[in-house]
Amino acid sequence: MLVQDGLQRSRLRCPDKIALVCSDQRLTYAVLDDMANRLANALLAYGVKRGNRIGIYLSNSIEAVASIFGVLKAGAAFFVINRATRFEKLSYILANCGATALITDSAVAAQGTVPKLLSSNPHLAVVVLVGTRPEDNVANGHQIGFDAIQERFPSTRPRVDSIDLDLACLVYTSGSTGEPKGVMCDHSNVVFVANSVITYLENTEADVVLNVLPLSFSYGLYQALMTFTFGGTLVLESTFAYPVMFLQRIADEQVTGFAGVPTIFSALLPMDLSRFDLSSLRYITNAAAALPPTHIRQILERLPGVKLYSMYGQTETKRTLYLPPEQLSIRPGSVGIAIPGTEVWIENEDGARLGPNQIGELVVRGRHVMRGYWHDPKSTAERFRPGPLPGERVCYTGDLFRMDEEGYFYFVSRKDDIINTRGEKVAPKEVENILHRMPGVIEAAVLGVPDPVLGEAIKAVLVADSSLVTKAKVLAHCRAHLEDFMVPKYLEITDELPKTTSGKILRRALV
Amino acid sequence: MELYQQIRSYLVENLLYIDDASQYDNDTSFIGEGLIDSMGVMELVTYVQTRFGVTVEEHEVTPDNFDSVNKLVAFIRGKHAIKIQPKGNHAGSGRVAAQQTTLPG
Repeated sequence: MLVQDGLQRSRLRCPDKIALVCSDQRLTYAVLDDMANRLANALLAYGVKRGNRIGIYLSNSIEAVASIFGVLKAGAAFFVINRATRFEKLSYILANCGATALITDSAVAAQGTVPKLLSSNPHLAVVVLVGTRPEDNVANGHQIGFDAIQERFPSTRPRVDSIDLDLACLVYTSGSTGEPKGVMCDHSNVVFVANSVITYLENTEADVVLNVLPLSFSYGLYQALMTFTFGGTLVLESTFAYPVMFLQRIADEQVTGFAGVPTIFSALLPMDLSRFDLSSLRYITNAAAALPPTHIRQILERLPGVKLYSMYGQTETKRTLYLPPEQLSIRPGSVGIAIPGTEVWIENEDGARLGPNQIGELVVRGRHVMRGYWHDPKSTAERFRPGPLPGERVCYTGDLFRMDEEGYFYFVSRKDDIINTRGEKVAPKEVENILHRMPGVIEAAVLGVPDPVLGEAIKAVLVADSSLVTKAKVLAHCRAHLEDFMVPKYLEITDELPKTTSGKILRRALV
Repeated sequence: MELYQQIRSYLVENLLYIDDASQYDNDTSFIGEGLIDSMGVMELVTYVQTRFGVTVEEHEVTPDNFDSVNKLVAFIRGKHAIKIQPKGNHAGSGRVAAQQTTLPG
């Protein structure tokens, strides 16, 4: 089965059912599927080939959803890039995977970004622009309007030769080397994990799912992929910054499922939720970072009868663990058990499996173990290692866990220094690389410090030439070169960094 | 400092991660065009409350009030009920500092 089959089968079952609600637009399964077919036909006409990689650089929108399926229907693999990503990183990612096409909006074109992208990415042959009218006639050798495609191309489903071992998508994640890495997800991986999550969430066609998370974030992306698979309705918001609006959406659309992260729940808990009719809610999920037990208790009190799922996952396997909601009051600190159809265990450094209450690295086995990192065999070999059967690979998470006597798992810490802030993973190296590019910076160390709202906040400690470097200059430099969540919240300039005898910086001594 | 400039300075120094802010006008959608993310909007709400001494009610945290410089300025002015004396270009299409307005605090 291919990822787009979920949408296509739901379309056959219920063509006139509302598949997607976004802003004031409501699309049926037939309309959404047709929109994706037209885009696929256009991409093929413009030379896109099976296995090509196509970027979607759009904010959450109907066009972004249609693009995901349009790319798949053309036999290509998509990757969604957060619309807040800066030019440098966007261009890096396009070059990294040799993208042949980019789907973005007219505002990007208006800023003159398209020619710069084309000149720095010779593989890039087509740019589809959302937000131009068909009569604007933006079509030239490289550009074509999304709306013009919808007017001019047929809605017949193109013939596709893809099989489920072909790539469906790349999901870019922070790499410990400082450059983003594209996790390769084939169709079978995505379909498997979507169905596994659907199984434990007990989703049915009656579910209406609210997604306020960016589609560039795999947790947000899967809300769409899952909903169209089980034939539900997806209510898509462009942001979680406006809680009153999405709470009202829950009431208006009779939402049954809501995917959140700790930051969102922190914003909701001080609010008077009784002003909204949230009686339709059947479940809510939390991922990206752990909810503090006090927040779990408050959510359960404020939303009685709603099932809360604590979950844990990584891009490399998408979802790994979930805590059955009935266990939440018994073991609120646990992130549960392996998702259906998979298994996990804990290993020590010698590769021996550990029993209850021993701390070691979590290892994951199942069809959700992705295909590795795009063009990065070294990192792939580190994280995806041989499993119990010949030729099989399992995923070493790099996260330390312990298991209780009943087999429930508890996150302990990262094995490496990756910082988890705002639900985003940040490699200290990526921030340090940028700091080192600043004239006058001699040494830089970046680490995560506990923060009640962010999970962890980024702290940078520098040794620097004081005649060239001031805190304000450092922050301005970071803001110019890093995505917002990577900019240090705390900054110290010091005379010396603590080091080990071998000269490695002792990050833990800097907390 | 003028209100528009204060807000744009705050955005550039604290939330916008772009080299050249002049390419964005005061009508540019923060979220729609990826200028700031959801967390950025949340920080903006806190900034407006502390910097301009206004109380932002839960129901006022909407794109109508917080999704562009112009909307933000209109919201803050509405809160302060300040009489405006616009100079120069109209804010709707203006670039940085197109408006000359002052606020207390």
